[in-house]
Amino acid sequence: MIVARTGNEAMAEAMRQINPDVVAAYPITPATEVVQLFSKFVHDGDVDTEFVPAESEHSAISACVGASAAGARVMTSTASQGLALMHEILFIAAGLRVPIVICLVNRSLSSPINIHCDHSDTLASRDSGWLQIYTENAQEAYDTTIQLVKVAEQALLPGIVSTDAFIISHGMERVELVDDNEVPKFLGERKLNYSLLDVDNPVTLGALDLQDFFFEHKRSEIDAMDHVLPIIERVQKEYGDKFGRYYSTVDEYKMDDAEVVIIAMGSTGGTAKVAVERLREKGKKVGLVRARVYRPFPKDAMLKAVTKAKVIGIMDRADTLSTLGGHLYNDVRSILYDTATRPLLKNYIYGLGGRDISIEEIEAIYDELFNIKKSGKVDKNIVYYGVRGE
Amino acid sequence: MKKEKKGWKDLPIGLVLEAGSSKEFETGDWRSEKPIWDSEKCTHCLLCWVYCPDSSIIVKDGKVQGIDYRYCKGCGICAEECPPKVQAIKMVREEK
Repeated sequence: MIVARTGNEAMAEAMRQINPDVVAAYPITPATEVVQLFSKFVHDGDVDTEFVPAESEHSAISACVGASAAGARVMTSTASQGLALMHEILFIAAGLRVPIVICLVNRSLSSPINIHCDHSDTLASRDSGWLQIYTENAQEAYDTTIQLVKVAEQALLPGIVSTDAFIISHGMERVELVDDNEVPKFLGERKLNYSLLDVDNPVTLGALDLQDFFFEHKRSEIDAMDHVLPIIERVQKEYGDKFGRYYSTVDEYKMDDAEVVIIAMGSTGGTAKVAVERLREKGKKVGLVRARVYRPFPKDAMLKAVTKAKVIGIMDRADTLSTLGGHLYNDVRSILYDTATRPLLKNYIYGLGGRDISIEEIEAIYDELFNIKKSGKVDKNIVYYGVRGE
Repeated sequence: MKKEKKGWKDLPIGLVLEAGSSKEFETGDWRSEKPIWDSEKCTHCLLCWVYCPDSSIIVKDGKVQGIDYRYCKGCGICAEECPPKVQAIKMVREEK
């Protein structure tokens, strides 16, 4: 079925079709609608979900942890400060290996206070042990929400699927929905290796873990991250085979012979694709790589994608405030260290607090990268693009 | 009972252990003070049993039987909660 939906509406539709056992949530701009629409589905009897309107995001995610450990299929939604307030429990959820899925809208973290898009909220949580997938449009947000539930339950890892604030969350788009009855069939029942509600087989969950066992448990959690990419790839393929829309961990656009490349995340991927098309019409060998799956980092797929690139511009919609540039830049720079022919890299920090990035600006970045290719050197590795006073 | 410690690949996923495993962790040797219970003075009001954070007051058929020194950490809450007119529990220095 083809419908007109905003990113938030698309995510809420996916949640309705998934019909989770428990949703515990606290609304926050710009993700409010996801929970608001979902609560209407609960009220109207469109889902069987036990809906817990919590008094804070910390409580919401805590309730999610308990419900998931009891064996429920659990989802929630948040953004920015909400995710920051969940921060403590994110690590606990990952360590307890409870497969919660968060439908998240990327919004700047305060301060200054702002409600618009950048990726500082999820990137501040990147080391929490949650899967992170950044989507380019409402369709991808919808499809990925369904996929991520299956991935999370198979890997026993929690995951975040995100959209860019307002650009995707409130932008109306053409979205193709899967039939209602197909989604539960695709997901199947959650398989449990224990349940806190199984009184005949009681377990201890999350016991104190000191010098003699903490490291072993952490190592096991790291191992799950090491092995989740094939699960993501398998679920993406199953989804594509069934519903016709295929995704990959790393989204490549016109990369076959690309020499000058931009790597970006989120909605900027879509904007950059138009810039690539325009430059290709002029005969320029440009390409785009979109880091769709960000945690774990799809190292092999990323290396394979950029293997022929001479110059790469990496666009980060957040800064690490470490003097070392953005998160994506550091990851890409790190994986390229062991390659024989390291391409030249330049980091563009852009769009903080929701500042727009236009097709023309991305074309200008490609032009700059061509100049770097010509001169063979990068004058400044990290630049702040589109900020006044530079 | 010493068990061979498992490597990370052999651990159950998600910090799940058998129920009641804290029974194996005897905390009695943490004690620097020890509660001494006097069966003559005790009125079996069970306040000590209610307040003991380590379930170390042994009760049978509604009557206090004694203190489980395998787990008692010597916090003294039982002595504090024992009614002033009764004073059936006294804390003494642990000597070894």
